[in-house]
Parts: sequence; structure tokens; C-alpha cells
Amino acid sequence: MIQLKINGTTHELDVDPNMPLLWAIRDVVGLTGTKYGCGLSLCGACTVHIDGQAERSCVTPVSAAQGKAITTIEGLDSKVARAVQSAWEKLDVVQCGYCQSGQIMSAVSMLARNPRPTDDDINTAMSGNICRCATYVRIRAAIKDAARALA
Amino acid sequence: MDKTHLVDRSRREFLKVSAAAGGGLLISLYLPGCERAEKAAAPGAPIVFEPNAFVRIGTDNTVTVIAKHLEMGQGTYTGLATLVAEELDAAWPQVQVEGAPADAGRYSNLFWGPVQGTGGSTAMGNSFEQMRNAGALARQMLVNAAAGKWEVPADAITVRDGIVRHDASKREAGFGELVELAAQQPVPETVFVKEPDEFRLIGTHVPRKDGKEKTNGTAIFTQDVKLPGLLTAVVAHPPRFGATVKSFDAARAGKVKGVVDVVAIPTGVAVLDKDFWSAKQGRDALSVEWDEAKAFKLGSEEIMGEYKRLAAKPGAVARKDGDAEQALVKAARTVEAAYEFPYLAHAAMEPMNCVVKLDAGGCEIWNGEQFQTPDQAAVAAAVGLKPEQVKINMLYAGGSFGRRANPQSDYVLEAASIAKAIQGKAPVKLVWTREDDMRAGYYRPLYYHRLKAGLDQAGNPVAWQHRVVGQSILRGTAFEQAMVKQGVDETSVEGASNMPYAIPNLTVDLHSPEMGVPVQWWRSVGSTHTAFVVETFIDELAAAAGKDPVAFRRALLKDHPRHRGVMELAAEKAGWGKPLSEGRGRGIAVHESFNTYVAQVAEVSVHQDRSFSVDRVVIAVDCGVAVNPDIIRAQMEGGMGFGLSAALTSAITLKDGRVEQSNFHDYTVLRLDQMPSVVEVHIVSSAEPPTGVGEPGVPPIAPAVANALYAATGQRFYQLPLQLKT
Repeated sequence: MIQLKINGTTHELDVDPNMPLLWAIRDVVGLTGTKYGCGLSLCGACTVHIDGQAERSCVTPVSAAQGKAITTIEGLDSKVARAVQSAWEKLDVVQCGYCQSGQIMSAVSMLARNPRPTDDDINTAMSGNICRCATYVRIRAAIKDAARALA
Repeated sequence: MDKTHLVDRSRREFLKVSAAAGGGLLISLYLPGCERAEKAAAPGAPIVFEPNAFVRIGTDNTVTVIAKHLEMGQGTYTGLATLVAEELDAAWPQVQVEGAPADAGRYSNLFWGPVQGTGGSTAMGNSFEQMRNAGALARQMLVNAAAGKWEVPADAITVRDGIVRHDASKREAGFGELVELAAQQPVPETVFVKEPDEFRLIGTHVPRKDGKEKTNGTAIFTQDVKLPGLLTAVVAHPPRFGATVKSFDAARAGKVKGVVDVVAIPTGVAVLDKDFWSAKQGRDALSVEWDEAKAFKLGSEEIMGEYKRLAAKPGAVARKDGDAEQALVKAARTVEAAYEFPYLAHAAMEPMNCVVKLDAGGCEIWNGEQFQTPDQAAVAAAVGLKPEQVKINMLYAGGSFGRRANPQSDYVLEAASIAKAIQGKAPVKLVWTREDDMRAGYYRPLYYHRLKAGLDQAGNPVAWQHRVVGQSILRGTAFEQAMVKQGVDETSVEGASNMPYAIPNLTVDLHSPEMGVPVQWWRSVGSTHTAFVVETFIDELAAAAGKDPVAFRRALLKDHPRHRGVMELAAEKAGWGKPLSEGRGRGIAVHESFNTYVAQVAEVSVHQDRSFSVDRVVIAVDCGVAVNPDIIRAQMEGGMGFGLSAALTSAITLKDGRVEQSNFHDYTVLRLDQMPSVVEVHIVSSAEPPTGVGEPGVPPIAPAVANALYAATGQRFYQLPLQLKT
């Protein structure tokens, strides 16, 4: 049995310890806000927070996430997260929306550590998250908007 | 917008127009679903007012707009809702959107005939009147209901922000209070729609209807569907196009924990499990022997070689003005160029997937459904049902870029075939891995173009010969009859055969060789390659003539005011002509696709190591009436960024028939750090009927960047992705 603490709730899962966290979250626990995009840590759609750090759940075995605090898009509840999500809505960032959970998880993690990111900081923190709709201009603007709101 | 414009594109059988005094436009209309309003509600059923197939109003004041088009990011749910809310005078927050079921009778794409589907940037254009009429009709019935209830004349009643009012008697009501009475009203034969100066929502910023749920993770995509007993299927596909299963050994797959079934289907072998990861483990453990007797075994290089040979001979004529051959002989000087384009994958963020439930009652599908009635018919035929027994639930699509409107219904049929193979014992969610998606084909075709042009003594172009070689997208599909004429597939030459520059002697011809690589439309279709060729070659001619690229185009666009309009606007906003520092360059491209006109000016920097960046892009767009200006801006930004992937980095290549790329490490796409830091969008004010914006932002960026790199370095570019010589 694997114990996972997701969004504050502990789940007992009868799964292979090698199962990637992404599929435990989606197919076993049933939280579908975290998305599958590549399976190889190349696109960022599966980004979650593990002990506050943005991690790619598609390449994180459940065994490595045991005992840690896992936060998914459904569990976001910090001041930073609220500022990011509200900036995202205000600027109508989303298009197809499929990558946006991952984008938001990456943005929240960055802003929590670095409340006043430069353009280079944003490039570094966000370039692992692909958006095929290329909403990048608005992602940048929303991060800056959230940073201003938090200042 | 004058009255003719409101009606001239339209389904004349539906609309008759007469001018009306007192504002608005009186129309008599046919809207599907109007008979529903007169139907008596079943006893005990909640009271709803459903005046036609597009609007439903509940006693709780909620206005539900039924969207016949797929929301795949382009903003159509917001756009369609804007049109209804405008004429209904609803308050924006009370409006919600629901996807329509598959039903060509009610929900066909009016530009396509009796077919329901989304594509060709047609959603706004074909819906502009229909959805406004739907809202106007609902409004009129609410007004009539209030007039009856309050015993006042209907024309003394106003509606604003979801409140129906009679000022003289100071009475007012929300829509919900009038629902029961409205549902009993006769359906009017005529209604008023607004004149443009009466618009309150059209032309303003309204928040996207899908913004919140796509920001908090609650939006449901096909990948997220949950059903009791649902099994996930992962399929082993052949390594080459055209290969089939000879035999397979499921023993090892069967040992994977949880694997429920392993079944052969026409496209491979499917492994089913309760979760994706276990199903994939099972799929990876399968051993399959493939029959490659009919497999396609050429590589991209051989294909390009074959195309170059073909290009030596004339093809099917797509356009012929004057005599280009003769004019070239007489020209003072000639310029020649040849261009090469690779296959491209759509690579939507949500890999293809589809949920199918097959049981005694029929078939039910959950899908980011872009091609409702073709998919419905294909599935019905495959599982032995009538089309109306196949129910389709349209969910959000995590991108598509054309891929989910597949004329062969490929992945939808694959899902149905798995459900059939297990005799419907469980609902099935087919999930492609990224690798499956990348290697499944249905690519933007590989193309080769050859051009020759002639200039006279004064530098005016007098001849233009353009030959295109590439697979036909439409051959062998249901669209062939309508869109392939005299051997010319319109989608192969659009953007070239209708190029706007005034050149008296001009030919465009086409070879459409057969190749075993499945091909399909890719956001902006023919213009993905023709715009690059036309807009870089015209730039090359301008340079040969010693003229400024904008001035050269301007002189040749005398009869194309909308092309000229966007070009002048983009050039002005970009500061065309202002000097740039060493190593920087500015380039322009202008292109019409799907009746929307877009010009882009790109500014690039070439660095010491010969890498380059695109720093700023100024975009001007003319798409007629700007219904949702912010969505137009978003589509221009995103379309440009999508086109920039192909300009800078993406290519699918084949070797011995095998696709060489598999995931985002080798099929690279634009990332945030490559997005220009400044992207400006300027919308031309227009009274023309609205046209689409999902695709037209894509074509101009690659030629604009190539022309900017030429300005910075003197190098011309004849291939995508762009490579700067070291």
C-alpha cells in the first residue's frame, strides 16, 4: 500500500510503487485537473507541488512522493495562488486550457519563492511548460500582474 | 454595417428582410427548434423556456446558449454566447454555454451544407446571424409574455441586462419570472435585430466563458471523463504507415497487473486496463509481428527528390492569367527560387483520445468533437447502428489545430472498434500516448514549390510562374467532390492561386502525388506554406527591383484595399522605415486566409553566435466586425506563436518510412522564452460581416521573420524551419 497526502487528505493506494504520481492522482484518486501531455517531463502539463516545489508528476514514482505534501490545482489555496488565478482570469490567459493547470502550478511555485521575478526569471521558471496555443504573452503579463497584486 | 451586409451572406431561405422604423432590423426567420416552444412540457418537468435550438432560459434566470461549434481554445463558446446575449439583452454573468449534440438538422455549419463541424475559421461567420436571431426571438417572446402579464403594449417594454421593464408603470421582471408565460407564447414570425450602433456587448470586452474552469482545473476534457466500469485502452500501432497486424502474443501483456483484455483491431492491438499506466505497461509488454507488405518505406529525402523531379513538368492548372511563359522570355530580368517544407504534426497538448460506450441501447461518445456528423456516420457504420443511435457529447478539446476534424474519423473509429471488439462489456477510453500521437500521421503535407518571375526594365513584375508539389489532403475524402476541381485540390494551392499582387502574366499549377503518409489540414491549411512562398518571393522581387518591400507591395495591391489596409496599419504601428541597430532587421508579410486579412511586421536580432531571436511582432487584422476584440487579439497572438513554431523549429521527418520524432524533445515547439517579448495587435475598424480569427494569425509570421532576417543579414530562406548560415 502506498500512502499519498494530496491536498491535505491522505489516500491509501494499492498500486505499483513505480506508477507515476500523475496516474495515481488522475486514475486512482480521481483528481483530473492535473494533465497528461508527454510522460517524459518535457511539457509541464502534469506539474504539481511536492512540499511546495513544482515537480513533474509524470516522471515521479508514487514511492518517491510518499510522506510528502502533494498539492494539485484543485488544492491551491495560498495567497500567491489566489493572486495568480485571479490574474489569469482577469487577463483571459487561457485558450484551450489543457496546459494551464501546469502553467499555474509553475507560476505559483516561482512567485512563492521569488515575489518580484525579472523577465529572465520568468523565462527560466516557465519555459518547461509548453502551451501550443502560445498564450505566452498573457502568461508573462499575468505573472507580472499577480506579482504587483502581491507586492 | 449596412442592412445589406447583415443579410447578404445569409441563408436566403431562412431570412427575409424589411426595413423597419424605430430602430433595429425586422427579420422574418426560420430557426431550427422553434417548434419546441409550443410543445407542452411533460408534467412535473422543470419549467424551461426553449424558444429554439440555441437558447434555453430557466426559472433561475440562467440563460444557456447551446453551442454548435467545438471550443478548442479559439473562443467560440464566448463568441456564440456574445451574439445571443447581445440580442437577448441578457446580463453577461447570467449566460452559460453548453455543447450541442450531433444533429445536422439543427446544428449544421451553415457554410458547409448539412454537415455539423468546426473548421476553416467559419464558426463566427456562419453563426453571426443565426445566433443573433436566436437571441432576438427569445427576447421578443419574453417581451410578449411581459406585455400580456402587465397588460401593456409590447413596444412599450424595454430589456436591458437581463431585466424586462415597463417604465410607465414601473414594473420589471427578470427573465426567470417570465419563463413559464414566455414558453406559452406563439413563436413570432418576425423579430427585430439590432443595428450596429445599438450593440452593447459586440465590440466590447466580455470575459471568456471558459476562463474560470480552465484556471481552477475543473474544465472537463475527454481525458478527464469518468464512467462506471470505464477501461482505458492503449494501442500498439504499426511502426510504418500501411502495415497491419500479422500476429501477436499477449502472454506477457496479460501478466501486467490489472490488464483486463487484449484485442486485435483494424489499426493494431489494444490493451485494456482500469488505469492508463497499467494499460501502457501491458501495451509495452506485447509482442506484435507486423505484416509490412503494403507498408510505406520512403524517407523524407526520397519524397522530396521525387517532388523535385515532378516539378520539372507542368501540373494541373490552378490559375492562368495572360501568358507567363512568353512574358518571362521578354522580361528584362528573371528571378528563380525553390522552397521545401517538411511534414508537421499538430501536437495538440491533449493527445488524441475518445470515450465510447457501446451497449444494447446504442452508442455514446465523449470527445473533443470537431466533426460531429461525419464522425457520427462513420461510427454508426462501423458498429452497425443508425447515425441517430450514436450520441455524441462534445467536450472541450485540449487544442486541435485541425487534428480533431479528421475526414477518416481515425481515432474516433479506433475507439469504437475497441468497444466493439470487447462486445461493449465496458465503456472504453482510448488514450494515445504523446508518442502515439506524434507518429500517427495525418500531418501537414511535405511540399516543394518552384517559382520563376520576370521584371521589366522599371522593376515591375510582369510574369509569375508558381508550381506546387505535395499530397492532396482531400483526395479520397468526402470533401473531394466539392473541393477538388480539374485535378486541383484547393487546399494545396490556396494562398498561391488567389495571391493578390497585380502581375499580368501569372500561372499557378499543382502536382498531387500519392504517398503512403496520412495527411490532413493543419491550422491555416494551404496558407501554412503558400504564404511563406508568396511573401518571401515578393520580397525578393522587391529587392531585385531595388524597391522598399512595403512600397513594392503597395503598388501591386491597388485592387485589394483590405490587404493594403492591414499592411499600412502594421507598417505604421511598427515604425516601418525607422533605422534599427546593427544586427537587427525588420520584415513584413501580408496574407488573407478564410476571408480575414492579416499583416505582421517582425523585428529580429541576430546574435554573435548566429543564433537569432524574434523580439517584436506588430500585427494588424481585418476580420470585419470585431465581435470579441480581446479574443481576436488572443487569436492573433496565439496564431502567430503557433506559426512561429513551424518557422523556428518544428519538423516531422521520415526515414525508411519510420517517423523519426516521438515527443517534444525531438519535435520541438515554441516555448515561452522564444515568444517575442512585444506582441502588438491592431484591429481594423470594419463594418463588413465578421470572419474567423482561429487560423489567419498563423501564415504571415514565417515570411515576416524570414524577410526580417534578410534585412539583418542579406540571407534569403527557402526552407522551414529557418536556418541561418554560420
